[in-house]
Amino acid sequence: MTSTVPLPPGVADATWLVVPLFNEAPVIAEVVAQARRTFPHVVCVDDGSSDDSAARARAAGAVVVRHPANLGQGAALQTGFEYALRDPRMRYVVTYDADGQHQLDDVCAMLHRAESDDLDVVFGSRFLDERTRPTPVRRAVLRLAVAYTNLTTRTRLSDAHNGLRVLRRPVVERLRITQNRMAHASELVAQVGAMTVDGRAVRYAEEPVHILYSDYARAKGQSTWNLVNILVDLVLR
Amino acid sequence: MRILLIQVVLVVGILIISARLLRGRGARVVALRRIGMLAFAALAIASILFPETWTRVAKLVGVGRGTDMVLYALVVAFLSTTVTTYLRFREMEVRYTALARRMALAEAEPPRAG
Repeated sequence: MTSTVPLPPGVADATWLVVPLFNEAPVIAEVVAQARRTFPHVVCVDDGSSDDSAARARAAGAVVVRHPANLGQGAALQTGFEYALRDPRMRYVVTYDADGQHQLDDVCAMLHRAESDDLDVVFGSRFLDERTRPTPVRRAVLRLAVAYTNLTTRTRLSDAHNGLRVLRRPVVERLRITQNRMAHASELVAQVGAMTVDGRAVRYAEEPVHILYSDYARAKGQSTWNLVNILVDLVLR
Repeated sequence: MRILLIQVVLVVGILIISARLLRGRGARVVALRRIGMLAFAALAIASILFPETWTRVAKLVGVGRGTDMVLYALVVAFLSTTVTTYLRFREMEVRYTALARRMALAEAEPPRAG
C-alpha cells in the first residue's frame, strides 16, 4: 500500500518516524519497509526485546537504538525524541506504533494538516469518525481516560491514548517524558497543554485516524487489563 | 516487675536491628534517620516492658484495647513506608533510565550516516 495523500515537498525528508519497539519480530520488518516507502528516516527504539526485533528492523532499513534493558514505552519515546533531535534537518517527529495498527495515509494527512494549518502538534484520534471499532469496554475505558486527562490538563481532546502523533521540532525539544510506562501518553498531553513556543501557547489539533485492531495486535497488544493500568497510572501520576 | 522471657527476646532483637540500621554514612538525612530509629527503638522497648501503657493511650483516644492501638499505628507506619519506598524506587528509575538512554544513544549510529 502506498500513500494516496501527497506530501508537501521536503516534508518527508525532514520527518523522523519514532517507533518504540518491544518484541514485535513477526511484523516489524513489514511495518518498517512500508513506512520507508514514504519516510526515509525511521528510528526504532528497541526496548530490550528478547526476540530478534532489532535485527529485523535494521535489516528493513530503520536506524535502531537499543536500550540495554526494558524501560517501558514512554522511555523509548523520549530516547527516540533525543535521537531525532540530533538531526539538524529534522522538522517533524511522528510517533508510530511497531505493531502495524497505524496507517501511513493517516500520517501523511496529519503532516499535511500541520503544514497547512501551521500546527505544532497533531494528535491522532480514533473517535472523530466511525472507521475504528473498539470493543465497548475498550471504548468506555478510553473515554474515561480522556475525560480525566481533559479535566487535569489544559487540553480538550477526544482520544488521549493514541500512539499516532505529529510533533514539530520545538515541541520535541521541550518534551520530557518521565513516565516510563503507559501513563506517558497523558504526560505528553499535559506537557503539550502547558507548553509555550516563542511565547505563545502550542497550537494543536486532532485528526481522525483509523486504528487497525488486527488479530495480531489483539492477541499481543494492549489487553483489556492494560486499560486498568492506564486508569491507575493516571490517578497515581 | 517480673521480666518475661518474651520481653528479653524482643528487647535484644530490637537492639540488634537498631545497631545494624545505625551503621552507614551520610549527612543530615542519615542523622535524622538515626534519631528516628532510636526513638522508635526506645518506644518499642517501652511498650514491651510496660504493655499497659498502650492500653492507657488507647483508652485516652477512644480505642478499646492496647493491641488494637498498636495495630492501627502499625498500619499507618506500613503505609508511610510503602509510599516512601515507592518514591525512592521512582527516583531510582529516573536515574537508571537516564543512564540507559545515554548508553543507547552513544552506541547508535548518527542520523543520516548511511
